[in-house]
Amino acid sequence: MSSIAIIDYGMGNLHSIAKAVEHVAGNTRVLVSSVAADILSADRVVFPGVGGIGHCMDELARTGLDEVVREAAASKPVLGICLGMQALLEHSEENTGTRCLGLLPGQVRRFASDLVDPASGDRLKVPHMGWNQVHRKPHPLWQDIPQDSRFYFVHSYYADPADPAHRAATTEYGGDFCCALARENLFAVQFHPEKSQHAGLQLLKNFAAWSGEA
Amino acid sequence: MSLAKRIIPCLDVDGGRVVKGVQFVDIRDAGDPVEVARRYDTEGADELTFLDITASHEQRDTMVHVVEQVAGEVFIPLTVGGGIREPADIRRMLNAGADKVAINTAAVFNPEFVRDAAERFGSQCIVVAIDAKQVDDGTGGGAPCWEIFTHGGRKPTGIDTIEWARKMVDYGAGEILLTSMDRDGTKNGFDLALTRAVCEAVDVPVIASGGVGTLDHLADGVLEGKADAVLAASIFHFAEYTIAEAKQHMAARGIEVRL
Repeated sequence: MSSIAIIDYGMGNLHSIAKAVEHVAGNTRVLVSSVAADILSADRVVFPGVGGIGHCMDELARTGLDEVVREAAASKPVLGICLGMQALLEHSEENTGTRCLGLLPGQVRRFASDLVDPASGDRLKVPHMGWNQVHRKPHPLWQDIPQDSRFYFVHSYYADPADPAHRAATTEYGGDFCCALARENLFAVQFHPEKSQHAGLQLLKNFAAWSGEA
Repeated sequence: MSLAKRIIPCLDVDGGRVVKGVQFVDIRDAGDPVEVARRYDTEGADELTFLDITASHEQRDTMVHVVEQVAGEVFIPLTVGGGIREPADIRRMLNAGADKVAINTAAVFNPEFVRDAAERFGSQCIVVAIDAKQVDDGTGGGAPCWEIFTHGGRKPTGIDTIEWARKMVDYGAGEILLTSMDRDGTKNGFDLALTRAVCEAVDVPVIASGGVGTLDHLADGVLEGKADAVLAASIFHFAEYTIAEAKQHMAARGIEVRL
């Protein structure tokens, strides 16, 4: 029986992610854990997170789970979600500038406050909240998910990877932003698959079966 | 190709049942909340809102149980409101599987609660619910004006709605749930002037609520009221329309929706 560990470092609602993974990952043991040995012995690791990045990085450092994320990222399939995506980059503009894990080169930036929808001319709100379309590049985690499917987003900051090859998908919000990152055994999404109904559940199902090869 | 406008069915829960009243009286039973939630999810609801309309301590346990059950099988965002008064209430609902909580009366009596909640749990899960009533329709020469009411629309506060909405966003509200007490339960449509005034005053998304009786009302809320999301209860509960019909109607009027 394979296993998926969801890293618990006190940031956010892990119940939803655990329930969604259990719902799709049939013969898989799902554990929510803050124990390094448990996380590192799982076959796959989910790195979630909501809230502010400053607090997130503080908690990761305080619990020592930052090193666990690094080790997992070096050895097995890892899925970052929301703040768990942003934390993989080098630096975020949030909380007056926050140093992140630096597992992927790039920055996390805030949406401009004067964003306008090019089609309607309407002012765009921040946070970007709701169901938006995901335009993807080929990757095993998008299997059986139609191009431009809608996923549920809620965020004010977005990833801006330095290497375009790491962009696994984009979404339009006053311009295109990177909504999914991929490199080898690492995959990360800005949206919430656990809250994105059919498309989101399919992504989690794909992750539960993913070998870690792109 | 852009962000979809959301349709949010609202489940008013009392004694473990979904109910719906007209301006908070004449309550009708509309079914088991878990079954109703499941049906709306299948029909394509973008999000669900549960409001505990009695907000007593005994009811709270019932609500937690409902949220737990729904979160185990419905994988769209869930908001819970009614009687959210302290951080422990928020923690409990989030742990049960809610994604957001709606704070109403407690915000009016203690605005710092909103600031504290946003810092602790993140703005993304803090919705401030505003119940507004028109106190000046602008025909006397002044600007139209709406006042905040609490306790299900029974108690005036003397607070101006637009100023209050701005203040709540400054304090960390990630979203505003705006209900017109004049329209709630009437089926005469949203108060579009109120909706537009609040939507234009704040940077965060605004959910329009109160008064939906037809599918055109939903579309008007977006096109004229400029709402980011529209919330309705009775037109869906009593099977007058399905969520899918509502979305098709909105799409036909040129609104981007998730189909």
